[in-house]
Amino acid sequence: MTSIEAHVQQPYKYGFVTDIESEVVPAGLDEDVIRLISAKKGEPAWMLEWRLKAYRNWLKMSEPHWPNVKYGPIDYQAISYYAAPKKLPKLDSLDQVDPKLVETFKKLGIPIEEQKRLTGVAVDAVFDSVSVATTFQAELAKYGVIFCPISQAIREHPELVQKYLGTVVPHNDNFFAALNTAVFTDGSFVYVPKGVRCPLELSTYFRINASSTGQFERTLIIADEGSYVSYLEGCSAPMRDEHQLHAAVVELVALDRATIKYSTIQNWYPGDEEGKGGIYNFVTKRGKCAGANSKISWTQVETGSAITWKYPGCILQGDNSIGEFYSVAVTSHRQQADTGTKMIHLGKNTRSTIVSKGISAGRGQNTYRGLVKIMKGAEGARNYSQCDSMLIGDKCGAHTFPYIDVRNSTAIMEHEASTSKIGEDQIFYLRQRGLSSEDAVSMIVNGFCKEVFKELPMEFAVEATRLLGISLEGSVG
Amino acid sequence: MKQGKALLEVKGLRVAVAGTEILKGVDLAISDGEVHAIMGPNGSGKSTLAQVLAGHPAYTVLAGTVTYDGKDLLELKPEERAREGVFLAFQYPVEVRGITNSYFLRAALNALRKHRGLPELDPIDFLQFLEEKLKAIGWDDSMMNRPVNEGFSGGEKKRNEILQLAVLEPRLAILDETDSGLDIDALKTVAETVNKLRGPDRAFLIVTHYQRLLNYITPDVVHVLADGRIVKSGGPELAHELEAKGYDWLRDGVMVS
Repeated sequence: MTSIEAHVQQPYKYGFVTDIESEVVPAGLDEDVIRLISAKKGEPAWMLEWRLKAYRNWLKMSEPHWPNVKYGPIDYQAISYYAAPKKLPKLDSLDQVDPKLVETFKKLGIPIEEQKRLTGVAVDAVFDSVSVATTFQAELAKYGVIFCPISQAIREHPELVQKYLGTVVPHNDNFFAALNTAVFTDGSFVYVPKGVRCPLELSTYFRINASSTGQFERTLIIADEGSYVSYLEGCSAPMRDEHQLHAAVVELVALDRATIKYSTIQNWYPGDEEGKGGIYNFVTKRGKCAGANSKISWTQVETGSAITWKYPGCILQGDNSIGEFYSVAVTSHRQQADTGTKMIHLGKNTRSTIVSKGISAGRGQNTYRGLVKIMKGAEGARNYSQCDSMLIGDKCGAHTFPYIDVRNSTAIMEHEASTSKIGEDQIFYLRQRGLSSEDAVSMIVNGFCKEVFKELPMEFAVEATRLLGISLEGSVG
Repeated sequence: MKQGKALLEVKGLRVAVAGTEILKGVDLAISDGEVHAIMGPNGSGKSTLAQVLAGHPAYTVLAGTVTYDGKDLLELKPEERAREGVFLAFQYPVEVRGITNSYFLRAALNALRKHRGLPELDPIDFLQFLEEKLKAIGWDDSMMNRPVNEGFSGGEKKRNEILQLAVLEPRLAILDETDSGLDIDALKTVAETVNKLRGPDRAFLIVTHYQRLLNYITPDVVHVLADGRIVKSGGPELAHELEAKGYDWLRDGVMVS
């Protein structure tokens, strides 16, 4: 496959480091570090208690090794759990944001100055362990929508946070979720009140900058009865030879008739061609369709990270609730991904749709792992699953592990799976029509991913298409 | 043959695939606007000739030259050949999932236009352009919004190749067994369309096993390819002779030209 292999290697575009004075707590993890983080965030006692409870649980847990990924041991005492730029603005004034930070986000395509705002998108920009700016807070407040860093929400909206935090992903849910609960630093909080259709797309951009740190973000989104919100997260990190840990927890709660659309474009540094460096992306994302007729839709485009371990799922508790999972996961070079979803049907007539597209190139290993569970009371539940894998070259791998657990005989389950290979003949056909081999690959891949891309908000569909082209360049063959 | 400098000139072309020599010294000259048919038994190297002219990377050129419009065609990448006006209607067109014919054709057309220094067409201009092309060949737009060849019948795939030919307006169109798998009605449609697309600025190289396509498209020259060599060339009547006699009489090393 020489002609496909002949692509020029395109370097990771977001691998720069911002030279900024940061406060980094020394590496290591114990209760004192957790107390320090909690104190820095000015948290109430109940939050510290919860963190410590999680930490004590975590000590008793062991790192999961069931995913289909391989990596060396992680030294949790070698990680710094808090890093923040020294000059931080007052939260309500964007003018005071350090120009270096503004510049950093500008380079990433995320304008945090409101005058240069992305039309229709409010942004929370998280840099290492802290949120540095959140745009349009005042505008959103007019609609009663709360969109702020979670540390601010803990201080200013404790009743909402206390009511919902940890209700979807408990503090002891799994090893990485427990670790996150103990040490999480920032992330976004969203509350959309009853009957409100959030007027803007909400977006959080996570940037890791400091070295030898981990990023542990926590996001909580609550859509009250009859409301609608579309949220998008993006992320990137500098190129470093060391692996960095990113262990996030995202919880979504949709009450009666509410809809949450959650989209991710994950572009953490994937490591180099030989697998040196790159982010370990071990995250727990789960939504609860708590109310009747509610809907949660996950869309993810995973192109980055050395290792991805994530299963955004839905607990379909309310009757007639709907869960959706649309995923594109790309692994090239030596990237490994074990990703999929969990759909837990509890309510009557609940429906779930899973569309997963795995693309493996280079020596990438791509695993779809999904669970569809129909509980006893879930009368009339339906699931449709479609898992498609695409292989580019002959040194990569695609694996599919669909788990199905049906405890109610009225359930209707459909599962489709396919594996295809981009071959020389396919590329040649497109080149014979005048397209370059890069454009040919990009067209084939984009066509393959179309069912997922059409679920993304417009602004981000373009970004995803472009990103996919970049991550596959140089690995095609 | 007509007067004028050849658009395509193949000299002593020897080609191997996977280590086996398939073409063992092919000579061929096609001038602008001419229609040449290459006939021959299975395994004679007809499709290899078509693929190697289009630049398929699986074929290795061992010797010989191919000049196209004064350029060394073998030096050009497949996409460069396409942009220079070489079009191959594939024997087995591939499917491109999720990409509509219309989107694909616009991308291809724009790649060609860009190469020729013409402005690229936006979707609206393209639709207008497409409408005219379809009208000229008397086809409707029913295939345009379907994904490229996905779920197409064998006949539809072949028709789609001809549609692409009509839109991309090549200077040299190579048809690789376009007639195989077509029923008689589809064959007629394809032939009629090819006839409409004939013109002084467009040469055709029609590769076919059977003579039946040539009942509808009258070639200027017919070549017989056997065992990697052109063993006989003649006018359209040669096709009829082959139909009557088969290929065997040419196989005994009779070299006539």
